[in-house]
Amino acid sequence: MISSDIQIVLPEIILALFAMGALLGAVYTGKDKTASFLTWLTAGVFLVLGAWIGLNGQGTQEAFGGMFIDDSFSRFAKVVILFSAAAVLIVSIDYMAKRDLLRFEYPILVALATVGMMVMVSAGDLMALYMGLELQSLALYVVASLRRDSAKSTEAGLKYFVLGALSSGLLLYGASLTYGFAGTTLFSGILTAVGHDVSIGLLFGMVFMMSGFAFKVSAAPFHMWTPDVYEGSPTPVTAFFATAPKVAAMGLFARVVYDAFGGVVGDWQQIVMMLSILSMFVGAIAAIGQTNIKRLMAYSSIAHMGFALMGLAAGTAMGVEAMLVYMSIYVTMNIGTFAFILSMEKDGKPVTEIKALSMYSKKEPLKALALLVLMFSLAGVPPMLGFMGKLAVFRAALEADLVWLAVAAGIASVIGAFYYLRVVYYMYFGEDSDALDGTMSPVAWGMLVASAVIMLVGIVNLFGIVPMAAEAAQALVN
Amino acid sequence: MEEMLREYLPIIVFLGLAIAIGLILVLAAVVVAVRNPDPEKVSAYECGFNAFDDARMKFDVRFYLVSILFIIFDLEVAFLFPWAVAFKDLSMVGFWSMMVFLAVLTIGFAYEWKKGALEWE
Repeated sequence: MISSDIQIVLPEIILALFAMGALLGAVYTGKDKTASFLTWLTAGVFLVLGAWIGLNGQGTQEAFGGMFIDDSFSRFAKVVILFSAAAVLIVSIDYMAKRDLLRFEYPILVALATVGMMVMVSAGDLMALYMGLELQSLALYVVASLRRDSAKSTEAGLKYFVLGALSSGLLLYGASLTYGFAGTTLFSGILTAVGHDVSIGLLFGMVFMMSGFAFKVSAAPFHMWTPDVYEGSPTPVTAFFATAPKVAAMGLFARVVYDAFGGVVGDWQQIVMMLSILSMFVGAIAAIGQTNIKRLMAYSSIAHMGFALMGLAAGTAMGVEAMLVYMSIYVTMNIGTFAFILSMEKDGKPVTEIKALSMYSKKEPLKALALLVLMFSLAGVPPMLGFMGKLAVFRAALEADLVWLAVAAGIASVIGAFYYLRVVYYMYFGEDSDALDGTMSPVAWGMLVASAVIMLVGIVNLFGIVPMAAEAAQALVN
Repeated sequence: MEEMLREYLPIIVFLGLAIAIGLILVLAAVVVAVRNPDPEKVSAYECGFNAFDDARMKFDVRFYLVSILFIIFDLEVAFLFPWAVAFKDLSMVGFWSMMVFLAVLTIGFAYEWKKGALEWE
């Protein structure tokens, strides 16, 4: 019935109503003067909704005849998305206000993108999938070009839009082929139509759809938009791109390959393996030559997506669990790192050159230490949490007898360690130069330190997320 | 598989015919037409005057805004027509779905109005 359907999608409805209400409320009152308050309020709503979904949700429920699925997989992804989006909003306030970028549309667009992401991870139907994906993407195209008077930011927005539209086209083409051959847009119906031996038409549909997803998670060879968009967008927006949308796209990827094509694991496994290997190596090798820390983080995110996809490539419940754990850790690391990058400035101007970090440890030993921990964690050095994430995906790959994939991932992660360690090298052994003089807002400082502390303390039991991820993976795979 | 592909034969024939006729008409002009150009013939013609300025001039961004707004409400009508035609067969859910859609559009419209997007000066 419609009322029980609405009950299930209530969190999404509330967030959408909040976004629309805030839009009208702000435009009829103080406009940009309300932006700071509105950003805090949006972050608060994200946190409340995240806690509500995390604590309240139980079992598996379907709404609108299976178009919308609320299970522990979608809840896990939604909680990560909502919390990371809230964290990014909170750290960005100071930076945006200083550069006169804090428009009231910013938190509202982020809220709308978040609604889209929540629909994405809950999609049980090709229509719901596309609707969520487009809601997310359209809001993100606009925030990418938030700094309208900067050529780089508008270029980033335009590039993101054109390439995003291309990927949506690929996805839609795949979806229409799948619909044509399966005769239904429901994932459960597609699963039955596919059976255990996929027909050539459905195979084409699946491959096109997976190419579209690869664009959205920025997996090589569909990664080329990432560095330019990350570099051109305002830094808080880059931080947002690197966190919540990645989790949502990864969740959607897993959702489609298991819910719609779960009968033919062997067929999509090869594609995911190829995406995974290419992403890890492209991310690791291309990042070596980068001098801009935002571009570096773009390549780093490509490499990390490769590792997360390795979990998916295993094709087991354990692999999905490893992927979820990896994504949660990745998001936490990135929020801390970007909280630091946001504070990089000299004479009031933002700096993104890696060289500017020379001998930073002398000036700000604590912040340098926190960044050191985060860089080690991103590289996957053992005592940090990043290592636990890598360990989980390696184990999943080994259990699935993908030894060569695990070996290749090991090589890629050693290559990748070089550029993370280079940042540390500049901070501790670089030449003496005019160091950065930016001050950090207490909130951003708190995020940086908290994220670094989590990387160290979390190894005890990963804050208990492993059993939750395992439950989520079980809900998806079975 | 083959059986299914055969059903698409008419569309293939149609596409082939469309491409062939299109190409023939375009190429016929190149092959058959008489051409002896001179500078006067190929220069831009503007009602008997020399061209005043370049055709590639910049337009005010507000023109684009107006056209974007037009498309939004144009699409709204495109959705409303089939809804209105099938109105008798729709349930209350169908009615309220459209009302929600219109309400969302109205919110967008109220925003752009208040934001000043409709003011020309």
